[in-house]
Amino acid sequence: MAAQPRSRRETWRLLFLISPSLFWLVVFFLIPLIVVLAISFGQRGTYGGVRWDLTLENYARFFDPLYLRIFGRTLVIALTTTVICLLMGYPLAYFIATRPPRWRNTLLVLLMIPFWTNFLIRTYAWLLLLRDQGFVNAFWTGPLHAVFAQLALAVPLGIWEPFLQATSAPLTLFGTDGAIIIGLVYGWLPDMVLPCYAAVDRLDYSLVEAAQDLYANRLRSFLRVILPLTLSGIVAGSILVFIPSLGAYVTPDLLGGAKSIMIGNVIYSQFMSARDYPFGSAISFVLMAVMLVGTLIYFRLGRE
Amino acid sequence: MAKYAVELKGVSKHFGPVVAVDTVSLSIGDGEFFSLLGPSGCGKTTTLRLIAGFELPTEGDVYIDGQLQGETPPYRRPVNTVFQNYALFPHMTVFQNVAFGLEMQKVSKEEIRQRVLAALEMVQLPGMENRKPAQLSGGQQQRVALARALVNHPKVLLLDEPLGALDLKLRKAMQLELKALQHRVGITFIYVTHDQEEALTMSERIAVMDRGQVLQVGTPEEIYEQPADRFVADFIGETNFLEGQVQERQAGEAEVVVDGVLTLYVPTPPLPPPTLGRMKGGAETRQGVTVAIRPEKISLHPQPPDQRAVPGVVQEVVYTGTDTRYLVQLTDRTIVTVRRQNVDLGTAVSFPMGAKVYLHWQPESARLLIE
Repeated sequence: MAAQPRSRRETWRLLFLISPSLFWLVVFFLIPLIVVLAISFGQRGTYGGVRWDLTLENYARFFDPLYLRIFGRTLVIALTTTVICLLMGYPLAYFIATRPPRWRNTLLVLLMIPFWTNFLIRTYAWLLLLRDQGFVNAFWTGPLHAVFAQLALAVPLGIWEPFLQATSAPLTLFGTDGAIIIGLVYGWLPDMVLPCYAAVDRLDYSLVEAAQDLYANRLRSFLRVILPLTLSGIVAGSILVFIPSLGAYVTPDLLGGAKSIMIGNVIYSQFMSARDYPFGSAISFVLMAVMLVGTLIYFRLGRE
Repeated sequence: MAKYAVELKGVSKHFGPVVAVDTVSLSIGDGEFFSLLGPSGCGKTTTLRLIAGFELPTEGDVYIDGQLQGETPPYRRPVNTVFQNYALFPHMTVFQNVAFGLEMQKVSKEEIRQRVLAALEMVQLPGMENRKPAQLSGGQQQRVALARALVNHPKVLLLDEPLGALDLKLRKAMQLELKALQHRVGITFIYVTHDQEEALTMSERIAVMDRGQVLQVGTPEEIYEQPADRFVADFIGETNFLEGQVQERQAGEAEVVVDGVLTLYVPTPPLPPPTLGRMKGGAETRQGVTVAIRPEKISLHPQPPDQRAVPGVVQEVVYTGTDTRYLVQLTDRTIVTVRRQNVDLGTAVSFPMGAKVYLHWQPESARLLIE
């Protein structure tokens, strides 16, 4: 089929079919992208706006230690989020895919239900949970502290002292990298589970039986057969989690407070507060380049 | 060495309310080519999976080489399986596929190399080591699956309809090849199939299964010539069934009247009746019975050769190459199929449609089935 030369008529028909999406992508994606690229080589006007004196200064500025550190932290947060999502999501996907068919859809719907609520509201809910006077700390300094106090009375040994000490003051959760990671993992876990589920579901289970028949125990059949044959799902899921985590803005903004910021927040502030469009555009492009290179490397790994 | 390669003692397998295998007991000898034969859903594959260890019996015990298996996982059983869809690892080369079992058993690299190449040689696939399964034809994949199992020198080889996906000609060739291979390696083969011709061609003994039960175990000849019950007679080959009532029982023979018009004389089965199968009773007078006669055991005559010949009228003549099938209507209106080999086409008497004929068979060719 593909080898045959397509008739001119068929080419036009295909063009007609993809024209809506082509139009959309060109007008609302490609052209703005070119505009942003152009701006990234401009200079900030005195009152904001762009002066068209072409320069590479914006890209050079990115390598300032201040921004590099934020970018490095962003990478670590995004990678940690991806790894945690994978470690939690893959077993969950495997569990769901190996249930009887009538259970699978129910479990997938249960997985999706939280995501019918607006993302901002869900992230805000985490804020209520994690802040110093939040629900987690209310439990920590309330009932949990009381339990240790009772235990100290009932069993008067010195061993309770560290626990009493620890639960006497609220934990600092809000405003840490940990809080951001919790928020990101929560937000992107389904994006890991779904491709992994699809991959495990596609796996021909008789191959696993064949491995076991050929003296491979459970661990070895997993490592030698199940894992390599579901790698495509792992790669897809990881990319789907890593990319939005790398560009995250809402989650670090709400849960990271003023102390913990990611590169997305820097871009936001360049556009909205500093009014330095050229620098904001340059950071955006560096971020896109990193995503692109990372994705390509990862895809190649997945294929081998 | 144990007396039996595989023994099942009262093995049952229930899936919820479904009884897939119902108290099956089998003893399969060392080096035997044994077939489990039955229609789909009869429990033959489940029986195989119980031996492989993919399923654990609800009741009963499985012994392999004299060892009680209990809950031994598949990877610790001295058996290997050739799967119905071959189940070759798509991400590995042919070499890696065949080497997999040896690698898991921690055989040295050099020995793995030698044994894998020898196994590929044995299934006539040399030089294919570096191909991926997707680059092979169905027949070649089948050979790789066979090599992958045999390279481990298992005690027992389990084959789950391994030829099902091949076309007829290749299947016939592979049947003979498999049989020769089994002879050469001397490994016990347990072969699952729904193809009765395949089972007859290849097996030393066959177990015929239906609805989870083993109805009869025997050599191909026993199964064909002395079917234990109507199901076996019907499933293996082609059979004419005539239903009637025992009129009179004489020494070793019953006089059966079909529909009140036709009288047949049939040898009664040895008493007590076979324990296997679903046959009951011993052909008492007035008992309802079925008389089974194979189409090729009936001869056609223009004149009655003796008093027991049965008259009929040819309804249909179907030429099928090696033989011709006649559909003959008897006086009680039942239709009987008769097969005549097409030898001496020139000289043999032909029977056109509408011709009056007499059917004749040797007394022992008819079998009395009592349900």
